[in-house]
Amino acid sequence: MKKIIEVNNLSKSYKIGEKKESYYSLRDEMVKLAKKPIQWMQGERSSKKDFWALKDISFSVKEGEVLGIIGRNGAGKTTLLKVLSRITPPTKGGAIIRGRVNSLLEVGTGFHPELKGRENIYLNGAILGMTKKEIDSKFDEIVEFSEIEEFLDTPVKRYSSGMYVRLAFAVAAHLEPEILFVDEVLAVGDYKFQKKCLQKMNEVSQKGRTIFFVSHNMASVARLCDRAILLEEGKLIMEGPTSAVIEKYIGLREEMGARVNWENPAEAPGDASAKLKSVRIFSKNKESSSKLEISEDFYIELTYWNFVKGAKLLPCIRLVSNEGIIILTATNLPSVCSEPDSWYDRPAPKGLFRCLCKIPGNLLREGYYFVNIVVKDLAGGIDSYAHVYEDQVISFEIVDRKSIYKERNNALIGAVQPRVGWKTECQKEI
Amino acid sequence: MKPLTINKKIIEIKIKPAKRFLNIDLKELWRFRELFYFLAWRDIKIRYKQTIIGIAWAVLQPFLTMVIFSIFFGRVVGISSGEIPYPIFVYSGLLFWNYFANSLSMASNSLIADQNIIQKVYFPKIIIPLASTLVFLLDFFFAFIILFGLMIYYHFPPNLAGILIIVPSLVITFFSFSGLSLFFSAVNVKYRDVRYALPFFIQLLIFLTPVIYPASILGKHQWLLYLNPMSGVIETVRAGLLGVGTINWLVFGFSGLLSILLFILGLLYFKRSERFFADVI
Repeated sequence: MKKIIEVNNLSKSYKIGEKKESYYSLRDEMVKLAKKPIQWMQGERSSKKDFWALKDISFSVKEGEVLGIIGRNGAGKTTLLKVLSRITPPTKGGAIIRGRVNSLLEVGTGFHPELKGRENIYLNGAILGMTKKEIDSKFDEIVEFSEIEEFLDTPVKRYSSGMYVRLAFAVAAHLEPEILFVDEVLAVGDYKFQKKCLQKMNEVSQKGRTIFFVSHNMASVARLCDRAILLEEGKLIMEGPTSAVIEKYIGLREEMGARVNWENPAEAPGDASAKLKSVRIFSKNKESSSKLEISEDFYIELTYWNFVKGAKLLPCIRLVSNEGIIILTATNLPSVCSEPDSWYDRPAPKGLFRCLCKIPGNLLREGYYFVNIVVKDLAGGIDSYAHVYEDQVISFEIVDRKSIYKERNNALIGAVQPRVGWKTECQKEI
Repeated sequence: MKPLTINKKIIEIKIKPAKRFLNIDLKELWRFRELFYFLAWRDIKIRYKQTIIGIAWAVLQPFLTMVIFSIFFGRVVGISSGEIPYPIFVYSGLLFWNYFANSLSMASNSLIADQNIIQKVYFPKIIIPLASTLVFLLDFFFAFIILFGLMIYYHFPPNLAGILIIVPSLVITFFSFSGLSLFFSAVNVKYRDVRYALPFFIQLLIFLTPVIYPASILGKHQWLLYLNPMSGVIETVRAGLLGVGTINWLVFGFSGLLSILLFILGLLYFKRSERFFADVI
């Protein structure tokens, strides 16, 4: 089959600082210009550095293929899509694309709140590259798909966020390009609707279209894509069958491991008042492990330095799912602990502290999780400034090796799956 | 399911680092004509959302300005408008001035207003500033009706042959504000403080254009005014449409040339910065 996309040594750089400032002002620029000769005389050089968002990316895609792009946040996935959809030019290298492209970096691009649902279908469709004729012919299908027929003549500013997303996705789902670029757009909307959209995309790919699909959701990548590429810090580090690439990706993250320790406080996360020392996760048998059985309790141990005499610190452990959702925050607030913790709201001397947090079994679902650590100052209230704020310190996986109901458990929907009390009785036979 | 509607021709897109030289792909612009139409339609729709107030606003704005200018500049200051009743004199100037100024300020902010689209979808960006001005052409036609009303009220018959001058005048106006707004909209993307300064300069510019006074007021220095293409347009329209005095074709031609020059310069700057809009905006 013919190659429909060929990417050759594609690179894209930004000047560091270019992205940080939210905008420039002509006034600042003039001031800078005036200062320049002085700085130059003082021997200062421009401190701007190149940051390579993409570096020497090469790959090709055949007609009808569905390619997944995975990688963590900031790995360059969205930049790659933006370059390939010509929103932004590459710095070096290039690509050849043979066919009509539509990119879906967002659903509902260009929706205007004052316009009615009906009008926004046309506007959004045109922005996404449909012709009026195409929109006319698909209008009824789009409306039906969106399930908001009775609100078609209501301005979208009066829509609930759910309705808004439905309408937006309905338009997007009816694009018929030869090549479709999809960024993480399925993360919105309710589960039932998400599923409907995935189905629609499956349909689309079965009609011989080439699709690029970016997602954090490994399950949907695995379901939709034949092949995947893995990006890490702007480089393509693997290309191959989806399952192998996903394994590699998870492997990369597992290197993060079940424990972390900072020997030197100077390098540890935190500020002058408090610093993290170590975080460790282990099963009830006290063995450090990143694979934990779903039905068993497990422990997270956290040690931190307190450098301020009399500080009242509130250490928090956050569990974050693979999809980036914070599942829970564990801390020593008496209202959320099984037993009161003696160091809660108590002035602490300078020193090293160790917290042990027990997370009950039969709570989390099967899957990958990350641990974020936040250490706050109780003096300033719960919302106060955090001394330590570190994301993805360690990671672990919850597995279900024992359950005979595993398949059925996984078919249920929800963020957590605790054991609930349940009793059915037959009240009357008829 | 309906059959696929795939273009028979295979489109081949080459993605390369940005070039410095100018290339305007007219074929591509033509392919995106519907997007132009829809964006213009959106702006018109929003402006005339409540039909009665919407159209009234298009008419009320120049009308009230005319009333106030007539009182202060016509009566109090006593600026002479020759044989033309001052309200008609100033209103005919305001018609073109408003089309120019409103378009210029709207188009200059248009890229910022639609930054969301620029960051998410590819299309020739020039569509945005140009489409945003169509609504003011519509305003122009509504406001034009009032001019006839004024003429009837003052028993001042129009020079029917002179109506023809309106078309080239609109074209020159279009090239003038398009050139300027292509430049300013692109500058605005990078330097966000420009949008605050621009309305002020547009406001000042009305006094450097013969809207409230005739160009002749400056005597032998009036050529200075004609460095602004809108001066030639307004003077010509008055002479042609109102049939007072003769059209100075030299001035009118110069305005035309100037507007094309502005357009080319604006376009050059716009095309040069266009490819990086998504990175900076």
